[in-house]
Amino acid sequence: MTPMQRVLTALSHKEPDRVPLFLLTTMHGAKELGMSIKEYFSDAENVARGQIILQKKYRSDCYYPFFYAPIEIEACGGEVIYSEDGPPNSGTPFIRNPEHILSLELPKVNDAKVLHKVLQAIQLLKAVAKDEIPIIGVVMSPFSLPVLQMGFEKYLEIMHFRPDLFNRLMEVNQAFCIDWANAQLQAGATAICYFDPVSSSSMITRQQYLETGFRVAKHTLAQIKGPTATHFASGNCLPISDLLPQTGTAVAGVSTMEDIAGLKKAFANKLTVLGNLNGIEMCRWTVEQTSAIVKEVVQKAAPGGGFILADNHGEIPFQAPDEVLLAISETINRFGKYPIVNG
Amino acid sequence: MDELDIQINNLERALLLINHQEAEDIIMKAAAAGSPAKVASELIAKTLQRIGESWENGSLALSQVYMSSLICEEIIDKVFPASEYVHTDMPKIAIAVFEDHHLLGKRIVVSTLRASGYPIIDLGGGLGTDELVTIVQREKIEVLLLSVLMLHSALRIKDLTTRLAGSGVKVVVGGAPFRFDETLWETVGATACGKDTTDALLIVKDLMKGVK
Ligand code: B12
Repeated sequence: MTPMQRVLTALSHKEPDRVPLFLLTTMHGAKELGMSIKEYFSDAENVARGQIILQKKYRSDCYYPFFYAPIEIEACGGEVIYSEDGPPNSGTPFIRNPEHILSLELPKVNDAKVLHKVLQAIQLLKAVAKDEIPIIGVVMSPFSLPVLQMGFEKYLEIMHFRPDLFNRLMEVNQAFCIDWANAQLQAGATAICYFDPVSSSSMITRQQYLETGFRVAKHTLAQIKGPTATHFASGNCLPISDLLPQTGTAVAGVSTMEDIAGLKKAFANKLTVLGNLNGIEMCRWTVEQTSAIVKEVVQKAAPGGGFILADNHGEIPFQAPDEVLLAISETINRFGKYPIVNG
Repeated sequence: MDELDIQINNLERALLLINHQEAEDIIMKAAAAGSPAKVASELIAKTLQRIGESWENGSLALSQVYMSSLICEEIIDKVFPASEYVHTDMPKIAIAVFEDHHLLGKRIVVSTLRASGYPIIDLGGGLGTDELVTIVQREKIEVLLLSVLMLHSALRIKDLTTRLAGSGVKVVVGGAPFRFDETLWETVGATACGKDTTDALLIVKDLMKGVK
């Protein structure tokens, strides 16, 4: 099977030849090309080259041309802080006074030059992937982006006390998110990963989710012209597992903090489970430990399809060593063949 | 159920409903019957501790933890003079966000500790090893609490603990990377690690015992 066939079979809740692996490495491309993280992300060609090398090396079943979450902030004129050994972070939030939301305008993707790097990387990958390797685009959800736009504290405050500002911010962010997702699909992305950790049950209650993140996701995903996966970036989602399929998403990116067997059961035949290796802990795993953990997850979640093995955050830390990543790949290729045998 | 339990239940309910006025009334009533110091270290500390535990076991949302600690801090600041509720038998404690710029975790910890009567100096965010070593020495900080969100920031705490080794300064760490890797705090040479606000309260209480 090609990676695409393998993934599509898993998504239709059937068993492919083996468990698909989305080894979501981003910054590791810089290591491969021997350059700094800042230089690596400065040029679409680097990211495309990096992804091609990484996909081959780890036999991953997708390309992942994700740059970094704050690129959406950069697109609005905000600041990004680079680090030598970690992901770029957003700087001081650009909405300093919440009242500014009333007149806030976000750019069109067409006018936001920095986003064109991502589109170009997708186009370059598409030329190589053809229809054989899925390309996963990424957007921050309109409901989670405000943490970077205005800071978490102010955001929680308007969520509780200023419905007028909250609703207006959602409206503006939704238009941006839909435009950004569709531009990536048009450039050649196969599907969009919708990062929405603020909707996770580690952040808000189910009731709050129903009133906010759920509504926003339903509206937004309906206007994204391609398949979507919802990722909680290692936040929990079991308490909202019945609601998620109603948002129109096809996949749930789940946390290592929740029992994967329980998640698989909750989403059975409705959503594909993506997860749930602990990326942070992975940085100190031994090869033997890696293999044991991968086997355990596969046994619990892979039978019947509807499962893709990945880390639980949607991005493997820069510090995760090669031996561990190779061991994940090796184990899935040896023990992830269907039908899954016990023991 | 004794009187304190009833008060804790009532205060918890008011906080979770974000009912500022009701929370204030409950705190004032308790203070009239006891003392502001007792209200801070018993009623408020125990209520916030319980709310923190409920977040830890997944039954409450982070926004509720944040709003509850914020409301308590505001009320106690507004209704009592600091001299009436703040513990004085404490080591000098400060908190900073190490290298990161993600302030919410620290904010919640600070509000929780202050509302519970534990004074803590807030050094802000984005501080690196050099700056912190200087501040710790200049201000004679005895316990330094550090909050981080990014893994690479967490790992760099090792440089700081190495620089502070032998000075007697205790470094207590917390934040997402420490929640995902339970051994990381030892790797970076910290004295202790807390998963949530409940842990923060327990650790600080423990340190206070050490002083007595
Ligand atoms: C919501 C979220 C997002 C949101 C908002 C992030 C933000 N706050 O800025 C969005 C979608 C924007 C996002 C983006 C990114 N994220 Co994010 N995100 C999360 C998530 C789910 C929650 C983070 C959060 O804000 N929690 C709320 C705060 C208050 O919780 P807290 O810091 O843990 O604090 C509590 C306790 O830890 C404790 N505590 C905190 N400090 C202290 C100190 C002491 C002394 C004590 C005792 C206790 C204590 O008390 C607090 C209250 O109980 C976490 C995963 C998770 N489950 O935690 C990942 C996580 C933080 N993200 C991560 C990353 C990498 C990113 C990105 C850099 C990805 C990228 N490549 O672009 C971006 C960029 C972020 C940026 N600001 O620039 C990683 C960081 C670790 C790492 N791998 O390096 C995490 C941990 C995911 C993971 N498992 O790897 N993210």
